Amino acid sequence: MADAPNTETLKYTRLYQRHVDLGARMVPFAGYAMPVQYDGVLGEHKWTRAECGLFDVSHMGQARLKGKDAIATLEALTPTDFKVLKAGRQKYSLLLNDNSGILDDLMVSRPEADGLFLVVNAGCKDQDFAYIGRNLKGDTSLEILSDRALLALQGPKAKDVMANIIPAACDMYFMDCGTFIWQGHTVYISRSGYTGEDGFEISVHENQVAELWDALLSDPVVKPIGLGARDSLRLEAGMPLYGHEMDTGYSLAEANLGFAMSKSRLEAGDILGFDRLKPELDGGLTRVRVALKGEAGPPAREGAKILNEAGEEIGYITSGGPSPSAGGLIALGYVPPAFSEVGTKLTWDVRGKAYPCTIVTLPFVKNGYHRKKSA
Amino acid sequence: MRFTKDHEWVLVEGDTALVGISAYAADALGDVVFVELPEVGKTVNQGDSFAVVESVKAASDVYAPISGEVIAANDELSGSPEIINAAPEGTGWLAKIKLLDAAQVEALMDRDAYEAFLSTL
Repeated sequence: MADAPNTETLKYTRLYQRHVDLGARMVPFAGYAMPVQYDGVLGEHKWTRAECGLFDVSHMGQARLKGKDAIATLEALTPTDFKVLKAGRQKYSLLLNDNSGILDDLMVSRPEADGLFLVVNAGCKDQDFAYIGRNLKGDTSLEILSDRALLALQGPKAKDVMANIIPAACDMYFMDCGTFIWQGHTVYISRSGYTGEDGFEISVHENQVAELWDALLSDPVVKPIGLGARDSLRLEAGMPLYGHEMDTGYSLAEANLGFAMSKSRLEAGDILGFDRLKPELDGGLTRVRVALKGEAGPPAREGAKILNEAGEEIGYITSGGPSPSAGGLIALGYVPPAFSEVGTKLTWDVRGKAYPCTIVTLPFVKNGYHRKKSA
Repeated sequence: MRFTKDHEWVLVEGDTALVGISAYAADALGDVVFVELPEVGKTVNQGDSFAVVESVKAASDVYAPISGEVIAANDELSGSPEIINAAPEGTGWLAKIKLLDAAQVEALMDRDAYEAFLSTL
């Protein structure tokens, strides 16, 4: 057992006391005291897949880029075309350094016609906003929304819950966003999340977040979910986590995040570090992110070696654990492209023993997004 | 039942002892999803890592609370690791060890002393 962390320098979200009263185990995460679990990770994970989970993700960074040059500002730092991002839509993107290394991943939306709304990782937010701030073009302004809290409502019943709170938000489809009024206050809502389920992320002023949290939690299908289950849910959904599957050493080609890159940007070749990125995209990769599945034995966790059939080390795990919903063991990791084909039989090493695993397709668990063309 | 500061317990039965992790440790770990049991026949030294208990999030070493030969391991845990959460100080035992030195057990904390120790954490 580790010693209790030094909590002197920790920051707290406005919901800290709510979490403690709900019996959460609080842990330091990205400088914040955050709930890692309430009743238990497995139960919370399964509840979210079957019912509806509520997450306090107020530690994440929120900001707005405004001005007619806001799109040019953000495009210069990402591989994404934001000119085609219509009002009411959201895109996943990556903040890149000069060598096309990944500084962070982020969600970019246009809840209103004017301005781009950004949500970035808690652990990166200070650097991200400083980086964007140093690179503002023309009349662009960066407004850091440090007084806004963020809630995620996730699961197949999230829409039923939202129907009683902010019914108009249920008209949105996956990756839509909008500005809504709740109890006289402006909230920004997107129909997205980090679990693979249908759901919403709600940006609300911190002065109203406790009231909104209580209102959502008053629905009996809603339970509070901690960061432990958030991690196992995103892993099953195959979503990368910054600091694990991504950091400045990786390009989007290596991290298998090509969907964050717009075709127009690739054709224009105006992506930061394109000299490095282009040859990788053209087949020059030495490592690529893959999904692996194992059946029995201990979970392979971050840092575990991946071996080929001859027992030679060829790669490594970046996230791994049991899959509460799919069963068996799942992991994300990096291997050379020659070993990345689906169906390739490999092993992973846990405490000196090799256990069989197979390259599989993502996601590990079918997603439940509310898409426009879904039946 | 006697306890260590690393939250293992020992229950002596004649010249053998059952060992496991305390309720406090099981609660702190959360849902146990995998247990790596010690090999039967292996001799362990007090303080050696002799088993691993894994939750969804992390793997935790379990240290041998006493020295001796492992004469049985709780194979029930291989198929049902959640027994550790349900009954950590009972059917969730990890191994049975043939005692080498009974004085090692005497030096461990009794329940009152362990409870007092927990209250300082």
